[in-house]
Amino acid sequence: MELFLYTALFSPLVGSMFAAIFAASPKTKLAGIIPSLLLGVSLLSSMILLQHVLTADTPVHVELMTWMATGDLYIPFGFVVDQVSVTMMMVVTLVSTVVHVYAIGYMDHDKSFNRFFAWLSAFVFSMLILVMSDNFAGLFIGWEGVGLCSWGLIGFWYHKESATWAANEAFIMNRIADLGMLIGIFLVYWNTGTLQYDEAFAAMPGLDHETLTWMGIFLFIGAMGKSAQFPLHTWLADAMEGPTPVSALIHAATMVTAGVYLVVRSNELYALIPNVGLFIASLGAFVAIFAATMALVNRDIKRVIAYSTLSQLGYMFAAAGLGAYWVALFHLMAHAFFKALLFLGGGNVMHAMHDELDPFKMGALGKTMKGTMIMMTLASVALAGIFPLAGFFSKDLILEVAFVDHHFIIYSVLLLTAGLTAFYSFRIIALIFHGEDRHTALGHHPHEAYKFMLWAMAPLLVLAAIAGFTFKEPFFEMVTHLLPNTEYHIHSHLTYWIMTIGTQAFVIISIIYAYKKYMSSDIKIPDGTSNMENSFKYKLLINQYYIPHFYEEYLVKPYRELSAVFWTKIDEKIVDATVDGIANIFYSTGEKTRDMQSGNLSTMLKWMVAGTVALLSLAVVFGLAARHSDSIIAILSGLGV
Amino acid sequence: MMEIGLNHYLVLTTILFAIGLVGVMRRKNLLMLFFATEILLNSVNISFAAISHFYGDLTGQMFAFFVIAIAASEVAVGLGLLIVWHKKHNNIDLDTMTSMRG
Amino acid sequence: MFEAVAFYLFAFLTISMFWITVTTSQALYALTALAAGMIFISAFFFILGADFLGAIQIVVYSGAVMALYSFGMMFFDTTRDVKEKQGNKAIILGLSTLAAILIVAIFAGPIVSDNIHALYPVIEGAGNTQQVGLVLFTKYLVPFEVAAVMLLVAMIAGIVLAGKKMDLSLTLMDEEEIHLMNEEKNKKVLS
Repeated sequence: MELFLYTALFSPLVGSMFAAIFAASPKTKLAGIIPSLLLGVSLLSSMILLQHVLTADTPVHVELMTWMATGDLYIPFGFVVDQVSVTMMMVVTLVSTVVHVYAIGYMDHDKSFNRFFAWLSAFVFSMLILVMSDNFAGLFIGWEGVGLCSWGLIGFWYHKESATWAANEAFIMNRIADLGMLIGIFLVYWNTGTLQYDEAFAAMPGLDHETLTWMGIFLFIGAMGKSAQFPLHTWLADAMEGPTPVSALIHAATMVTAGVYLVVRSNELYALIPNVGLFIASLGAFVAIFAATMALVNRDIKRVIAYSTLSQLGYMFAAAGLGAYWVALFHLMAHAFFKALLFLGGGNVMHAMHDELDPFKMGALGKTMKGTMIMMTLASVALAGIFPLAGFFSKDLILEVAFVDHHFIIYSVLLLTAGLTAFYSFRIIALIFHGEDRHTALGHHPHEAYKFMLWAMAPLLVLAAIAGFTFKEPFFEMVTHLLPNTEYHIHSHLTYWIMTIGTQAFVIISIIYAYKKYMSSDIKIPDGTSNMENSFKYKLLINQYYIPHFYEEYLVKPYRELSAVFWTKIDEKIVDATVDGIANIFYSTGEKTRDMQSGNLSTMLKWMVAGTVALLSLAVVFGLAARHSDSIIAILSGLGV
Repeated sequence: MMEIGLNHYLVLTTILFAIGLVGVMRRKNLLMLFFATEILLNSVNISFAAISHFYGDLTGQMFAFFVIAIAASEVAVGLGLLIVWHKKHNNIDLDTMTSMRG
Repeated sequence: MFEAVAFYLFAFLTISMFWITVTTSQALYALTALAAGMIFISAFFFILGADFLGAIQIVVYSGAVMALYSFGMMFFDTTRDVKEKQGNKAIILGLSTLAAILIVAIFAGPIVSDNIHALYPVIEGAGNTQQVGLVLFTKYLVPFEVAAVMLLVAMIAGIVLAGKKMDLSLTLMDEEEIHLMNEEKNKKVLS
C-alpha cells in the first residue's frame, strides 16, 4: 500500500521534471503526453488507495523521512491516506488527468507548450502534498507550492502586462493570508507541542476557549486567502488571465478548495469553537450572494464562471461553518466535476472564437458546436441544482443543513443565491449557444474542438450527472469514520417536500426567465448607451462594487508611496550612508596617517622616539599592575566586576 | 649620595641616552646624526658595564664588547653610503632626502 | 670617597661634552667634543673594573671610529656653520625628557631590577682581562667569530662604496697597458 501512496504522490513530480527538461525548447508533443500518462498512473494509484480505504480499518500512514528534529520540535515528511485525504486525492487526480489531456489540444499552437505542462504537473504534485500530509508543516509546504505554481500558471503568458499583474495580485493576496495561517500554526505548536494532526487535535480539548478561538480564526484567515473569501477575493476573477485549463484545474477544482480542506481537516478544532464556525458560515453565505450579484451583469464568460466558483465556495464554507463537514466535502467533490466541465467548455468556445470573451458577440453557436453545448448545458443544470444531477444532492443538502439548525437568515441568503446562480449560468448559455447569430458579422468562423478534447471532458460529464445519487450514501459511510456523522433530517415530511419542490420551482423559473430574456432576437451588443448600462445598480455590479478600485486607491498606492519613502529616505540616506561612512572612516584614516610617511628622516626619527616613549609608558603601567595585582583585584571585586 | 650604587650609573645612562635622543631628533645634517647615534650606543655600554659590575656577572661586559664591534662596522658602512650619496647629490641635508615619501 | 669624586667629575664632563656635540652649529666642535666624550666614558669603564673594555673603548672608539669620522669630515667645508632648519623644539625636549623619566622610573622603581640574577659569575682572583678571555673564547665563541666576519664584510663594503675606478686592477695589467693608460690621462690633463 505504501508503494501506491508514493506512486500517487510522486508521479506528477516525475512528469513535471520530464516536461521541464524541454521547457526552453520548441513544442514537442511528448512533453504533453508523458505528464498526462504519469497523471493517469497517479489516478490509478489513488483509485487503489480508495479501494483500500473503503475496505480496511486503518488509514495508510507513512513517514518518508525526518525533516526537523530540533529540541522539542519534531516534524517529519509524513503522509496519511485516510477517508478525507483519499477523497481529495481522487478529485485532484481525476480532474488533473482530464485537464492535462485537454490541454494537449488547447495549447496546441502555443510556443511555450512544454513549460505549461511542467508548471501544471508541479501544481498537482504540490496539491497532493497538501492533501496527503499528516502535519501542519507539510500542509504549509503544499500550500506555498500551489501558490507558487498558481503564480506561474496565471502569469503563463508573461509578455502580457495584465497577466503578470494578475499573477502578482494572486500571489501577494495569498501571502497576506499565509501570514495569518502561519500565526495559526505557531499557536497550534505553542499550545500543543506538536504539529501532527492526530496529536494536536487530541490535545486541543484541554486548552482554554480563548486560545482555541484565536487558533481557529488565524487558520481560517489562511483559508480565506486560498479560497478567495471576502475581502481577499479580487484575485480570483483576475486570475482568469491564465489559460483556460489552468482556470479549470486550479480555480475550480483544486487550489481554491484547499481552504475548505483545511477547515474540514481541522473539524475537531472548529467543533470546539462554534462561534467561530458561525462566523465562517455567515461569511460564506455573504460571499455566495456577493459573488452571484457580480456575475449577473458581467460580460466575460470566464469571469462569470469564476464568480460562480466564488459563490459555490461560499456554500462550502457555510456548510463547514455550521458543522456539516461531510456535506461541505461532498459539495466540494461534486462542484469540482461540473465546474471543471464548465470551464473546459468555455475554453472550447474561446478557442473557437479566437479568444473573444464577450458572450454578446457570440450567439447561435449551438449550430456548430453541438458537443460543447450539450456539455455546458448539462454542467449548468448540475450547477443550478436540478434533480437528479449532482448539484441537487450537494447544494440542496446545504440548504437543509441551514434550515435544520435554525439559521434562517443563512438559509434565505443561500436560497436566493441558488436562484441567482441558475439565472446567470443560463444567461451565458443562452447568449452563447442560442438566439441570433451575432458573430459572423464580426468575422468569426467557429468550429468544434478536437475530438480527443471532447472525449477527455466526457468523464467529467458522466460524473456531473451521476455523482449525486450514486455516491452520496457510500461517501457518507466512508467519510464519517473520520468526520462527525450528523445527519440532517427535517422533522416533518411536509416541510421537507415543500422546501425541496419550492427550491426546484424557484430555480426552474429563473432558468426559464434567463432563456426568455437572452434568446430573443433583439439582443444587441451593448455599447454603453442603453439605460440599463447607465443605471447605478449596473455600474456598481460591473465594477465589482468598486472594491478593486478601493484597494488600488487606498491600499496599493499609499503602500507604494511608503516604500518609495523607505527606499530614498531610509535605505539610501541612513543604511547606505552608514556603510559608506564606515568605509570612509578607514579610507580617511589611511589618508591622514599617510602624512607620517613624509620621507623626511628627521620627522620619522621623531616618530620613532614618540613610539618608544609610548612603549615605555606601557611598560611602566603593566609593571606597576603586575606588582600590585592583588590590590587591583581587591578593588575591582569591590566594584562588583 | 656618597656611596655610588647601581642607580647612580643608571641615572647617568638615562641622561646620556636622553641627550642622544635630542641629537637624533634635532640634527638635520646626516653626519651630525651619526654622532648622536654614537652617543646612544655609548650610554648603553655604560649601563651594561655597570650592571655587570654590581651583579658580578660578565655577561654585561661581553655585550658591551659586541656593541662596540658592531658600532664600528656600522660607522664604516654608514660613512661609505654617506660618501656615495654626497657624490650624487652634493648635499647631505635631511630635509632634501624625501624620495621615500609614502 | 675617591670613587664618588671620580664618578661625579667624569659624569659632569661626559654630559657637557655630549651636550656640545648635539647642540653646536660648528661641525668641527661637534667632532672634537664627541672624541672627548668617548675618552671620558672609558674612564667609567676603568672605575667599574672593566679594564679590558676600557682599553677597547679607547682603541676602537676614540681611535678608529673617530678617525673614520674625521675622514668623513673632509668632504665638508668646516669653516661654514652647519645650517639646520629647526623642527619644533618643544616636541624634541618634551619627548626626550619623558623618555628619560620613564626609564628612570622603570629602573629606579623596583619593577625590573628585582628580577636580575647572574648567569656567568665573576671568578675572584683572576684579572679582568683573563676573565673576559675565558668567557669570550668559551661561551661566546660563535658570536666572536661571526662578529669577525661581519667586520670583514663592513670593511669590504666601505672600500667598494668609497672607491673610484674599481673596474681596473693595476696588479693584473702588464706594463704596456699601464703605460698606455698613463698617457691617456696625461693627454686629458694637458689638453
